[in-house]
Parts: sequence; C-alpha cells; structure tokens
Amino acid sequence: MEASRKGILMKVNLKVKRFDPDDSSGKTWWQEYNIDTHQDSTVLDALIHVREYEDTSLALRCACRASICGSCGMKVNGSAKLVCKTRVVEIAPNGESIVIEPMGNHPVIKDLVVSLDTFFNQIKRVNPYLQPDHVPQTGEYIASNESMENLLTAMNCIMCGCCVSDCTVLEVDDNFIGPAALAKAWRFVDDPRDSKRIERLKDLNDEDGGFWDCTRCMQCVEVCPKGVDPMGRIMELRDIALNNGLTNTYGAKHASAVSNHIEHSGRIDEFRLPLESKGIFNIKEIIKLMLPGLRFALRKRAPSPLHFKNPNQKFVKTLFKKVEK
Amino acid sequence: MFEHDILIIGAGLAGLRAAVEGVRNGMDVAVVSKVHPVRSHSNAAQGGINAPLTDRGDDWESHAYDTIKGSDFLADQDAVEVMSREAGEAVIELERMGVIFTRGEDGKLGSRRFGGQKVARTFFVGTITGSALLHVLYEQSLKLGLNVYEEWFVTKLILEDGMCKGVIAYDIKSGELHTIKAKAVIMATGGNGRVFEPSTQSLICTGDGIALAYKAGVPLMDMEMVQYHPTTLARTGILMSEAARGEGAYLLNSNGERFMGKYAPDYMELASRDVVSRSEQTEIDEGRGIDGNVLLDARHLGRDYIEKRLGYLQEVSLEFLGIDMAEKPVPVRPGMHYIMGGIKTDVNGLTEIPGLYAAGECANVSVHGANRLGANSLLDTVVFGRRSAENAVKYIKSIGPNSKSENDLKFEQERLQSILDRPKGENIAKVREDMAVGMTKGIGVWRDQQSIEGALENIKNIKNRLRDVSVENKGTSYNTNLIFALELEFMVDNAEAIIHGAITRKESRGAHFRTDMPDRDDKNWLKHTLVFHDVNHENNVRIETAPVTITKWKPVERVY
Repeated sequence: MEASRKGILMKVNLKVKRFDPDDSSGKTWWQEYNIDTHQDSTVLDALIHVREYEDTSLALRCACRASICGSCGMKVNGSAKLVCKTRVVEIAPNGESIVIEPMGNHPVIKDLVVSLDTFFNQIKRVNPYLQPDHVPQTGEYIASNESMENLLTAMNCIMCGCCVSDCTVLEVDDNFIGPAALAKAWRFVDDPRDSKRIERLKDLNDEDGGFWDCTRCMQCVEVCPKGVDPMGRIMELRDIALNNGLTNTYGAKHASAVSNHIEHSGRIDEFRLPLESKGIFNIKEIIKLMLPGLRFALRKRAPSPLHFKNPNQKFVKTLFKKVEK
Repeated sequence: MFEHDILIIGAGLAGLRAAVEGVRNGMDVAVVSKVHPVRSHSNAAQGGINAPLTDRGDDWESHAYDTIKGSDFLADQDAVEVMSREAGEAVIELERMGVIFTRGEDGKLGSRRFGGQKVARTFFVGTITGSALLHVLYEQSLKLGLNVYEEWFVTKLILEDGMCKGVIAYDIKSGELHTIKAKAVIMATGGNGRVFEPSTQSLICTGDGIALAYKAGVPLMDMEMVQYHPTTLARTGILMSEAARGEGAYLLNSNGERFMGKYAPDYMELASRDVVSRSEQTEIDEGRGIDGNVLLDARHLGRDYIEKRLGYLQEVSLEFLGIDMAEKPVPVRPGMHYIMGGIKTDVNGLTEIPGLYAAGECANVSVHGANRLGANSLLDTVVFGRRSAENAVKYIKSIGPNSKSENDLKFEQERLQSILDRPKGENIAKVREDMAVGMTKGIGVWRDQQSIEGALENIKNIKNRLRDVSVENKGTSYNTNLIFALELEFMVDNAEAIIHGAITRKESRGAHFRTDMPDRDDKNWLKHTLVFHDVNHENNVRIETAPVTITKWKPVERVY
C-alpha cells in the first residue's frame, strides 16, 4: 500500500462485479479479493491495491483521492458512493464482505467503468452556461453575496453521476433529464445574472422528462456525496415555475389539485385527482385514463366517485391559513 | 488520421482557457485529455486566484513584487509583469462567464489574504475555487461545442522539419492508436506530483507533457524547484488550503506555541510557503511536533465561519480524520504540492520548438521562480493558457498546410506492442513507489549533496528496472495497466530532470534549500538551470544555465 499510510492492518473482502467488453459472450461475473489493508484505508485504497498488485485487469476510474474530481462513483453494498471517501472500517469493521458494482443507470464499459455520455448529454440539454442580457461596462456583475452563496450548494456538484445511478425514475423512464442536470439548471435559474430564467423554466416544465417527472423518492439526496440535494433543487424549480405562472402542465395541475383538495376537504379526492391533473376537458387523455380505471374497478381497487370530508377539515384549513401567512 | 488547427493536450484550466481562445479566433480546436475535463486536477485548487484589481486600490506592481519576492528573485520579471498586468481582466472575465465568486457588502468581488502578500487580493469561491473555475470553463466549452478526445492518452509528439505537427494518441476505451495532426500543439498537462510519495496531487499528475516535450528536445527549466505545501492532512496527505491561514487559523507546535513568530514575525502564518514548510519541519525535527505533524488551529474562527468560508476543509477533516475543526486543531505537515519548474517557454507560451506551446503547471514561463505564491497558479493557468492560444493563432496564419504523413504511427504501434510483449517482470506500482519514496527522501523540504546523490543512485536503479516492467493485462479496452507503464516512463524522465536540476544548483533559494549550502548566492546562481535530453551526453542529459530577466526589482534579502 502507499508508504504514507501507517496503522493497524485489517482484513478486507471485496466482492467485485466484473465485465469485459473484449469477451464476446457478454457475461458478467463476481470476483472476490481478500487483502490486508490499513485501518484508515478507504474502499478506493483497497481497490487500487487490488489493481496494482492482485489483478491488473481490474478497471476503475479514480484521480484525486479527495472527493473533488468525481471519478470514482460506484455502488458499494447496493448504493452509489464515491469510494475515495468511504472508509473500510466504517462499512466492514469486522472484515465483512464489501460488494462493489458499477453505478446503475449508466451503461457499463468495463468492470467498474461506466459510460457517462448520456449523463453529460443531459447536462447539455439544460444549456448549462450563464446567459446574461448585458455585459457590465467595467468590472464584474454586481450581485449580493447571499445570492452567490445560495448557488454554492449546486456548484458543489462534481458530476460524479451517483444521483443518476440511484434515481428510481430513471430506472423506468430514461427520458427523465435526471437529478444532476436539473440541479445544474436550477443553478442558472436562481442566478441573478442570468437573463433566460423563464425560458429555462419553460423548457424544463414540459412533460418530456422535465422537473415534474421526479417522484420525490429522496434517493438522490441520500447518495449525493457533496450535499447538492438535487431533489431540493428540483422542488425549488417547481416552486419558481408555479410562482411565475407556469401552471399549464400535468405536474402543475396535479400539485394544485392536491393542494385544493386538502385545503377544502381535508383529504385527497382520488377519483377527481387524475381527471383534474389531465384537465377535465382533455378528452383524449381522459379516454386514456378509462382503461386502467376500468381495470382497477374490476379488481375493486378503483377510488370511489363519492368524496367525504375529513372530520378535521376545519383544522386543516386553519393550517393552510397559517402557512399562507 | 484526424486533423485540427490547434490541438491542446490536457483539459484543466490552462487547456480549456486556451481552447476557448482558439475557438473565439475561428480556429478548428480540439482537446485531447486522458480524463474527462471535469476530472482534471485544477479541481483541487481550493483557496483562490490572485488579481490586483485597481478599482479597489491595488496595483499590478505590488502584486508583481510580492510574486518576485516570493520567487526568491528567480522569476523572470518581464513574465511576472505580463501576469500581474493581465490578472484583473482574467479574473473579471471568469466572473462574467459565470463563476460565483464570494462577494463583499457592495456586491463586488470579495477577497481574502494569502501567503507572501500584505494585500487581500485573493478572489475565491468558498474552498472550491479550482473546481468552480474548472466547471465554468467546461460550461463555456459546451457552449462553444469544443471537440474533446476524451480519455485519449498522448504517447508521442510528431515533429516534422523541427516543427511540432501533432501527436500520436491512444484511445483508452478502444485500445487503438491514432495520428492527430495539428498546426500547433499546446501542452497543458499539469504537474508531476506522482513522482513523489506522498503528494497532494491527483493520481493522474504524472508529468506526461513535461516528459513529452523533454524527449522532443525542449529544455526543462528550474526542475529542482518543488513546492512543499505547509498544510497537508496527517496520514492522508490531502491538501488543507492556505485559505485556512488566510482566514486567520494558527499553526501551533506541541507546546501550543504559534511558532511562526520565531521565523516570520511580520507575516506569521502567512509567510511564503517554502518558509512556512521549513519552519514546520524545524519544529518537527527539533521534537516539538506531534507524530510528525504540527497543528492547524481554526477554533477561534467559530463554527459558522468555518463552515461558510472553509467548508471543504471541514468536510475532509471530519471525513478522513474524524476531527471537527470548530472543536479541535487538525494535525498537518508539509507535503509535495506543486512543481515550479517545467517546460521552458517565453511569455507567449512558445517553447523552443516552433508550433509547440505550453501553459499552466507543466510550463515554466517563469513566473513562480523558486517558490510560487498561493493563488498564483490558477492565475498562471488562465493568463498563459489564453496567451499561448492567442499566439498559436498568429503562428498558424503564417504557415502552410500540414503534410499527410503518418510515419510515427507505426513506430508507436510497435513500441506499445513491445511493452505488451515483455515477459513477466517488475511490478509497475512497486517501481513507482520505490522511485517516489526515493525522490521525497532525496529532494525534500531539506536537501544536501548526499541526499541528492542518493536520489540519483535510486533513479539509475529505477531506470534499469523500468526495462523489465511488465504489463500483465493484455486486453484492448480500458487497459489501465498499459497506461500506467507509459506514465511510469514519463515519471522517470521527470524525476531525472528534477535530480539534475537539484544537483546543478549549488546554493539555497526558495524551495531548493540545501543544508550544506544554506545561503542564496546571487553572484553565481541568480540564473535558471536548464536540463536537456541529449543522447550525445552522459546519462542522455545535458545541463545549461540561462540568465534571469531582471527589469526593475533588484534582488534583496528575503524577509517575512
């Protein structure tokens, strides 16, 4: 191991998912490595040791070893992590097996190396550069420190791809632009120097993989190694869109219907919700809803067309008033 | 075969800034990088970027003098003048591109103080300045539709009639070698930290460009000038930015004393880096360290301030050592961080080969001389990245079309195959580690004739072992084993040049501190060392010296 690291030796068992594009069979397999490592080693240190001394064919990406370059995202025991900041002793204190796989939702090139082409293409989709409407005559743009510090959360993004790896929407809908690209978009929408705020929101507000596709599962928040909180950024995009009158989308209508129902009856009217989300006069979409609706009805799973108020509705209403204040 | 007007090797700050300039001038520009641009080591710069902004009472002469004094008068003063004069515009341009610099009350850029300077002229984004700059330049490259050969590794420069005409590069994903022809090549490959162990530098910093230029016949200048950063995290060697001291953190010894008072009473913790590193090492060597470290104490700054202004430092301190900076001081020690030496260029980035330019850490203009000031490296990358492209554009307009020859490709294919065909022999990682440990031992914070000769003996031994290094993995896709073998060859060239620089300079100046010759000797050594690769000389090395350009600042004793 590195000469700089001294300390007590401990045993590590790594179980690594392998794939070799040179092998035409396309098979994947699990390979175990048992090594001794120092107690303060990271999972990356252990993998580097394997690559250097045990199995030179093992492919992985890594560079800075200090959680700033974003190269070493992979799945460790089922969730995406930067292995350079994951210490062995914390996840396998007694020599338990550490299961390492390539990140999810990214095509695998070899072993733990994935293609991020789609990832970066999604970033490109949000026009990820400042678009001011003027250049100052002299010096910098004037902006408050708060407005710049506010963007620091999103600027902390190092594009490691962990959020996309574990995004549950992307597992079923690869058209979703994804948490990283939306966090990047938010960084420009909330930048006082940018002049394309509304255009950016309009682009991401449509139904085609935009910010209404997020199901708020929190996975991206959990796995982000840099505290970017992509889901928080997505929710802010929604708020900003609604506050700017961008309400003519299924997502916006859904959000406003939920809020309306709860405010006026204390609970969601599950029969009316899909109809209102699509728009009551949107005949084409309503017809599309009828088939699954009938199927639910046959299984006695359909929501009742009769809607009853929550007995505590008055209390809910006062809550709404308080929040509004 | 691929063809472009300008080909840039490396996609860090210098490379991307050069690329933006080339595209703006209507050139067909491409970048070759062994990693995706946002993985580049520019990311790791934390504290900030220097600029003397005149609208807040600063002036270029003041910055230039601090830089020259920091360099221990080895920097070329005409080059420093260029950098200091262009700094303001360069930083304002970055802001206008979208960098979210920290602001003052008036909404203008706010600054902090950095080492070796009395003026607070370091502009910053928390403790992620390098990353914030790199990502913004990457954004600009997307806006311009820049062509990037991503995860391609350059193995050789193409020279035709003494001019640089492109490169041979290996596509890591497919395992194929290609010719990329260009009318001008800009080297922006960064540093060579992996030549040492430990180092704050990324695993990718293997001095590729420095070695490529060296082998092509370009002299390397002042390679003995290796910067040891005063504050790298105990055990891990991770960088703890100078921003900590810039914001007011103390350095303490085992007695709890702010020991810098003894060594630099005026500047204290913010003396220049070589001075602070030597002071720390003295404390440690004289028994006032704690397990080979001193302490970086930021407790008095308060939790809120630490988290806002030093966020990344708190993050790594907590994650790697479990220490909360608001509660406890952090153990730190000097660690190899930067190479002031590099490919000799003029103020336009031009090397001694027409068509070959260099910028950023791999180049030596020279603006850092014997010791670089903190926050001058980011400035160096954008100023000289831009200038090298600007001048490459002028050069291209003066020359005719390229030839279509592809002679070097076959030669390189055979060379790579011969490496793959070697029988099982030495392990690459082991050879690298033995080289790097030997370098740190011989060319450390302190050095003397004996230690430097020890490093030389070591590198001779390493060179012998290099021939027996084997590549066990024979695969075509993502054969990082083969890449490491090629990088190791580059690193050995770097190491050799560093040692020859060190053995040549018979004095102490800046980072090159010889305990057997502790004084600066302006009479004999106010000059640059040049190391040439030359097969007609012993060890294939030829040494020359070159004068230092002095314009208006006469060398004086350096006191902080």
